[in-house]
Amino acid sequence: MHEGFRIRLFRFYIPLAFFLIFLLFPFYWMFITAFKSDAELYNLKLNPFIIHDFTIHNAIRLFKETLFVRWMYNTFFIAILSTVVSLTASLLAAYGIQRLRFKGSGPIGIGIFFSYLIPPTILFIPLAAIIFKLRLWDSLWSLVLVYPTFLIPFCTWLLMGYFKSIPKEMEECAMIDGASRIRVFWKIIIPLSLPGIFSCGIFAFTLSWNEYLYALAFISSTPSKTVPVGLVTELVRGDVYHWGPLMAGALLASVPVALVYSFFVEHYVAGLTGALKE
Amino acid sequence: MAKVILENVSKHYVSKQSRDVIAVKDFNLEIEDKEFVVFVGPSGCGKTTTLRMIAGLEEITHGKIYIGDRLINRIPAKDRDIAMVFQNYALYPHMTVYKNLSFSLEMRKLSKQEIDQRVREAAELLEISELLERKPKQLSGGQRQRVAVGRTIVRKPQVFLFDEPLSNLDAKLRVQMRGELKKLHERLSSTIIYVTHDQIEAMTMGSVIVVMKDGLIQQVGKPLDLYFHPINKFVAGFIGSPTMNFVETKLIVSDNQLYVEADGFKLRVLEEKTPNLQGHINKKVILGIRPQDLSMAPAQIEGETIPAFVEIIEPIGNEIYLDVKSGRDSLIASVEPKTKVIPRQNILLQANLENIHLFDIETEKALL
Repeated sequence: MHEGFRIRLFRFYIPLAFFLIFLLFPFYWMFITAFKSDAELYNLKLNPFIIHDFTIHNAIRLFKETLFVRWMYNTFFIAILSTVVSLTASLLAAYGIQRLRFKGSGPIGIGIFFSYLIPPTILFIPLAAIIFKLRLWDSLWSLVLVYPTFLIPFCTWLLMGYFKSIPKEMEECAMIDGASRIRVFWKIIIPLSLPGIFSCGIFAFTLSWNEYLYALAFISSTPSKTVPVGLVTELVRGDVYHWGPLMAGALLASVPVALVYSFFVEHYVAGLTGALKE
Repeated sequence: MAKVILENVSKHYVSKQSRDVIAVKDFNLEIEDKEFVVFVGPSGCGKTTTLRMIAGLEEITHGKIYIGDRLINRIPAKDRDIAMVFQNYALYPHMTVYKNLSFSLEMRKLSKQEIDQRVREAAELLEISELLERKPKQLSGGQRQRVAVGRTIVRKPQVFLFDEPLSNLDAKLRVQMRGELKKLHERLSSTIIYVTHDQIEAMTMGSVIVVMKDGLIQQVGKPLDLYFHPINKFVAGFIGSPTMNFVETKLIVSDNQLYVEADGFKLRVLEEKTPNLQGHINKKVILGIRPQDLSMAPAQIEGETIPAFVEIIEPIGNEIYLDVKSGRDSLIASVEPKTKVIPRQNILLQANLENIHLFDIETEKALL
């Protein structure tokens, strides 16, 4: 065997393989459970790592016995809206803090970051009071309103780092060329930060897609639930876990996120590294 | 095309350690129409800050700047009718060369036809016509440089500003672009303000040079005026390569004749130069003499030659630099390329007495 390959094998491929197995095993487990019958699932004599008797019965139950389609729609609706709202706000905030350099821009930047560090478990009680006063209880709009409270700080910080990597001269040049600040923002900053905006969008989307606590606290009626809450509250009845439909639901719910990631993966990496290559 | 006038312009700012820093102090300058002015000085001398104040990228703390007859202190950069080339070119990476060139014209809402015509004209002038559809990352350094210049000439602005535009190019390309920019200035016949730290760039390109140090103008003048009549020791040392030799000497009178006396040699001061020096007799002065004004002497002449010990020989091709020692003082002499010298040899150097400079030891101002 080639010496270089051997080193790479031990230092790179084998650790990578362990890492992959570790990360992907839960997905595999979810996948096989979704397509097993209950009889097979509870039969301890069978090999649990493979499917012996393939069935789509769990998926049918999921669609027939629960409002899964409705939950998917709710989750999409909330995730997309709160992502759009957060991105708009964060873009303007990050640009202002990073480039306008007004008095106190530094502390405000740090302040926004700190607000991200306050856990939702503390925040959901006062937020509930606000939601109640706004008469948004049990409405999808409550989540559209609440999710940006953690999305905006996060996106603002990511975008601030990204804006920092865009040479200032480019903006100055555009201004000398006759562009106003707003024009510079639209014509230079936005196009150049697309990778950063994409990764922010993906993050915001997945964070809202997976959010559990606020969705559990502010929504109570079944038709208004989001997927994560809906699955757990409707398919775990008392101490009975309906593993098959539960896993089928989880599998289907992870499809949109997986699609979004794989579609934008290049932008996503570029956005995180903040590299602007001329 | 316009005059640019700077009146008592100063720039103060508060540093990160909350100290008041003066970047430019009392800058007074009148730039004639169609002049090629070069601001030159070591880094941190305030030359770029001054340029940025003219561009409108930096606020003016005190003073007034006029372009043409217009006071521009409060006019935003986009309305000043200037164009600027940046050190890193600042090309828009997401736009093609064509779009880069047309951006400023689109901002001014010119007709499509007019834009197209101007872009193609500029591209032709700079020989980048075949690159119009490329993106900046597909261009070489020299090509990017041209696009950056092209972006300014499509505008037909009143004043062109250049901020160290050649410093990112390799040496050969730099010489070539130097010539091209100079030609361009003649063809456009417009006012250019050019910032550089490279004195050769300043000397070769500028019709007027402004030498700056620590935020202050040291001297304003034509290139050769600065070379032959530097106003102080800083300008004398900054202009010219290799740097002028400076030696601490004493001004003495012997047999009714003025001499500067150093540790290892004594040079006569020419008759016509003596009137200014009366107050400095028997005091210390700094002697300045350029390496080019030292040559190999055929024989010893009292008051004109310098005995020296050769330490290092640096052949450049068209001349040889000799690092020599005379007494305690180190000197550099630039001699004929065919000169036969070896290290550790004792030689005699002939000083060109016409071109010696004397500076006050305290104020460092020129005495001659």
